[in-house]
Amino acid sequence: MATQVFVLIPHAAGKADDAALELLSAARAMFPGVTPTALVLGAGADQTAVAQEAAAAYPEVWGFSQEVLAYPNAELIRPLLLKILPAGAVVLLPHSTLGIDLGPGLSVKLGAAYLPDVVGFDGIDGSLLKVVRQEFSGQVSAHVQADIVKGAVITVRSGAFQPAQPGPAAGTVVDKSAEAAGLTARRRFVEVVQAEAGDVDITREDVLVAVGRGIGEQDNLSLVDELAEAMGATVCCSRPIVDAKWLDKGRQVGTSGATVKPKVYLALGISGAFQHLGGLKGSPFVVAVNKNPKAPIFQAAQVGVVGDLMELLPELTQQIQKAR
Amino acid sequence: MPALPFSPASAVVAGVPARLLFLLIPLAGLACFSWMMVRRVAPLLKAAPDPRFDNIWERTILVLKVWLAQWRHPRYMLAGVLHIVLFLGFLVLGLRSFQLVFLGFMETFTLPGFGGPLGAVYNVAKDYAATAVFLSVVVLAYRRGIVRPARYAVPRELGKDHTGEAILVLGLIATLLLSESAFEGSLLAAGGHGSAAPLTLAWACQHLLAGLSLPVLAQVNLASYAIHDLTFFYFLCLLPVGKHFHVITSLFNVAFMRLRPGNVKPVQHGVDDKGLDELKSFGVKTLEDFTWKHLLDFYSCADCGRCSDQCPANRVKRPLSPRFISIKGRDHTYQRYPLFGASKAKAEPLIGGIYSEDEIWSCTTCGACEEECPIGIEYIDKIVDLRRGMVDEGMVPQSLQKPLSALAKRGNPWGKLEKKRADWAAGVGEGFEVKLAEKGDSAEALYFVDSMTSYDDRMQKIAQSTARILHKADVDFLALGKEEKDSGHEVRRYGEEMLFQSLKEQNTEAILETRARRIITSDPHAYNALKNDYAGLPPVEHVSEVIAAGVESGKLKFNPLADTTRTYTYHDPCYLGRHNGLYEAPRVAMDAIPGIRRVEMEGACHDRSFCCGGGGLGLFFEPEEEQRMGVVRIHMAREAGASVIVTACPFCLTNLEDAIKVAGLEGQMEAIDLCELVDAQLQH
Amino acid sequence: MEILVCVKRVPDSAENEINVAAGGADICREDLVYAVNEWDNYAVEEAIQIVEREGGSVTVVALGDAEIEESVRREMAMGAEQGLMLVDAGFAGSDGLGVATILKAAAQKKRYDLILTGAQAEDGAAQVGGMLAALLDHPYASLVNKVDVNGQTLRIGREIEGGSQELSDIDLPCVLSIQTGINEPRYVGLRGIRKVASVEIPVLNGADLGVDLASVGKAAAKVRRVDYFVPVVSAGAEMLTGSTKEVAAQLVELLKAKGGLN
Repeated sequence: MATQVFVLIPHAAGKADDAALELLSAARAMFPGVTPTALVLGAGADQTAVAQEAAAAYPEVWGFSQEVLAYPNAELIRPLLLKILPAGAVVLLPHSTLGIDLGPGLSVKLGAAYLPDVVGFDGIDGSLLKVVRQEFSGQVSAHVQADIVKGAVITVRSGAFQPAQPGPAAGTVVDKSAEAAGLTARRRFVEVVQAEAGDVDITREDVLVAVGRGIGEQDNLSLVDELAEAMGATVCCSRPIVDAKWLDKGRQVGTSGATVKPKVYLALGISGAFQHLGGLKGSPFVVAVNKNPKAPIFQAAQVGVVGDLMELLPELTQQIQKAR
Repeated sequence: MPALPFSPASAVVAGVPARLLFLLIPLAGLACFSWMMVRRVAPLLKAAPDPRFDNIWERTILVLKVWLAQWRHPRYMLAGVLHIVLFLGFLVLGLRSFQLVFLGFMETFTLPGFGGPLGAVYNVAKDYAATAVFLSVVVLAYRRGIVRPARYAVPRELGKDHTGEAILVLGLIATLLLSESAFEGSLLAAGGHGSAAPLTLAWACQHLLAGLSLPVLAQVNLASYAIHDLTFFYFLCLLPVGKHFHVITSLFNVAFMRLRPGNVKPVQHGVDDKGLDELKSFGVKTLEDFTWKHLLDFYSCADCGRCSDQCPANRVKRPLSPRFISIKGRDHTYQRYPLFGASKAKAEPLIGGIYSEDEIWSCTTCGACEEECPIGIEYIDKIVDLRRGMVDEGMVPQSLQKPLSALAKRGNPWGKLEKKRADWAAGVGEGFEVKLAEKGDSAEALYFVDSMTSYDDRMQKIAQSTARILHKADVDFLALGKEEKDSGHEVRRYGEEMLFQSLKEQNTEAILETRARRIITSDPHAYNALKNDYAGLPPVEHVSEVIAAGVESGKLKFNPLADTTRTYTYHDPCYLGRHNGLYEAPRVAMDAIPGIRRVEMEGACHDRSFCCGGGGLGLFFEPEEEQRMGVVRIHMAREAGASVIVTACPFCLTNLEDAIKVAGLEGQMEAIDLCELVDAQLQH
Repeated sequence: MEILVCVKRVPDSAENEINVAAGGADICREDLVYAVNEWDNYAVEEAIQIVEREGGSVTVVALGDAEIEESVRREMAMGAEQGLMLVDAGFAGSDGLGVATILKAAAQKKRYDLILTGAQAEDGAAQVGGMLAALLDHPYASLVNKVDVNGQTLRIGREIEGGSQELSDIDLPCVLSIQTGINEPRYVGLRGIRKVASVEIPVLNGADLGVDLASVGKAAAKVRRVDYFVPVVSAGAEMLTGSTKEVAAQLVELLKAKGGLN
């Protein structure tokens, strides 16, 4: 079907997010033959830089530079998109805190279908688009079908699509800043309060031992510490561990924590909810240990062990110490 | 009797008869003391009801044993013996002080019955008593002031050190003793009335003062009387303002102490389970929600620190010290009901005020504090009542909300499927099949398994061992299967009374329906719940009793241990030992195994067993602590020379096994359940 | 402040294994235990705390079949004064937009200053709050982890990537979706639920709400779930088996080979 596809390019500090290329892959997979248009909203030099970067992959980039867009406020972006998008447009957003904020309302205002948190594509039949979603923290998946005859707003889960290779020829940037003039919203951005920096920077570590809810009790963390020490690795964790205040926020991997790019990632008692995996980038070698053979982490891992951490950890620590 | 050379009653000071003063001092002292007592009793009258005037005979025995004979004191030998000396001396000298009051305005006064030989004997006894007490006071002052045992320390956040108060009181006691001796000695030195018993304080005074002129002796006599009289009434009026209130209240505290261990007080005395729905509020939220006995407990605490010294939560630095439950309660009571003037504290919630949520959730209800308290102060009921109040206000940690809601919906704290409750039975092995109520079977005995043993992969082994032992002992038994719900033991102790009531009703109905004539459990928490929290059930036994009986009858015979290099010790589960007095059966069962070498964790066994960390919901609660109780316990076992710690409770086993791993002692230490040990040695 | 909180009754995945029923038409529901969606408890708690500070009242609304009464009562036991049940056979099978359309009608029955939802549902898509805001033409913020009332505006915090907090001012009336961790939801026991057992909860159907049944329900849904399935385990996950010792030995070799031992 003939449709126009737009991709909102997420960016920060003058650089496009990894999702920019993943969204391009998703767009190409779902709408082959359609040339997607990148939308780069921002302000000043940052916006210009990102627009140029986007043009390396996207044949056409629409740039919107306005001071109010310096920080992405969904309440400002939504009316802007409403104004500039043609009828029946398909918009791809990252399923990020911005996408979650922007997408549902945008779909209503556009009269388009909303397909959130898409992890896969399962075909298109006329105006019926079929995608894959997950429910119950990834315990089950579902095929979801939407009629996109009046357009669609699709948010794509981070890491679900491989980043696209940038095209050979650079695209063009069309400056449409004038259309973004005079935007106001009933929600005004004030500031970002940075998460407290911890004692370690897990984003720079090559070998991470990650611990999740499966460790059971706080005292058992000592077993993880010992293993990490034997490996020469750094301990990080999933959200429940931070919520329980067992480890600092600075050690949390995931969409609401840090994004890490280690070489080796040992996931202990982590079920592998996408919020956690969303923070794991750079194709590390993932080893997962979990009691539950159905834990989604085993889908993300290269090597899996179904077993009891309390038994395995001391043994592993001992053998590593011996092996040295 | 020859006339006395001088007496306070006949003295004249600055032209005024001294007897007027000596009449005024007691009158003023008594008036002041009575006023204070009236004010102190006032909050007790406003507190919640508590029917403690039952079982007069049993309570009399308690008074004789715990109060008069100071039964629990020698558990701390030095302090205990010194206290016994002090206490008995006080009883003896109390009579003398009583007599002295009258001698201030009557030249002669003898207590009724003390005129003859009894009086003569008493006079000797009181002189020695005074001397013994004096020596005790010296040692006690040295301990408190110089040695300063750790258990008296007051953490900075909990207020000022209490040493000053202790030393002041010891000083007052010494003053009383010395002034009485000087009074007596001066009279004797004046001659003509015999001699004091040799080597007593009075005797020393007599000899020190000998040779002084009569007028000087008269002045010494008068002065020492005045000092004694003033000190006595000052001390009396000091009692109701501090920790020495126990001098008065301990008698009542012991007389009204709780008689039955194991159980938990009802939400409100006088309201039965069916009336619970009508209550406007649950549990203790403000001071007056406590029962009068619990307020009396606050008054009675002597700050001796034994409870906290034994408290496992305090030991691992959880934010709980039972001693300060009492001290903070007492201080708050004094603030709310001061001796003079209007209340200095509002009727504000105790939680968030004097107590913190974490403090109250930190208790495992192990009962070590109550076992230790020399005067019967209760803690578990207070903790449970405070938790009931918190539950009623919705103040429950998220870590406990999940298991509680799972218990409500599924009857077990993990929310596992009801139909899987008897899955363990498939693993009992060849030879027999476990009967199940859910299949319509019937039997003479019911094995109540409870959630932990039913669902936990590791603990299912206890159920399987228990089943094999019962089968071998020719016990015809069945299990409830999916009809069984959690016993609710910890549900109740964590303050969720209504959920407990619902679990109790479901279980009671299911149990009675089986028509079993007795109930056997392998989980002390279930054992205690069915025995002490439920009503109208057949008798309840712990499996260790069945084993001990089987050993005696010869039905259970054991093969010798294959590995005789190991040393075993038995860890008393709180709800088997302290709460139910079941100490011997498990030991008998162990000792019946040929070749076993068993040691005791001396000083930390039987009623001084150290809690593993708590069962039931305790497994879910995430306390602030520096160490795990289980780890402390494992080290105790190790120090006793044991390499295998045997217990008889699935929660103990879980905590101890985890602790071995945390302590890094795998391969060196092992924890097993009594049933597993016995099952492995059964002769077939 | 008048606050409306939208709650959903969902299978409690913490207490259930979720399995796909034969054919994938649904998940196996026979052994499922239902509960109020976890995020919604935080939303109700936040609403109650705001009302405790600022005055006003909290209304809890749920959409579904008769079973939702249990959920609404539970949230009322937390301290929400009023409940509202939206029940109509014609609502069944609604997509996110359909649900938002029905909730919009309920939200317009009274003047609400603030409407809260959970940030997402166990079986949901984190969409209804945003759609409801758009339908009502209210400003919206998702993943809210802080709310301070400042007259006619709220100072709110949103949880964003990296665990940071984005602060904004938002005008009332508005719609917020509430993230976990914003507060500690209070416990509701059997006793609390019994206390509100006899409180009457109005039940409204499509006609009461003035909702055109043609615009909601299964037939109107633009987005439909075709089936459930269990994803195939990715080929890369090689499962190690054997005794603890053997597994550990294999892991040591693998970690060595991949540079996992620094």
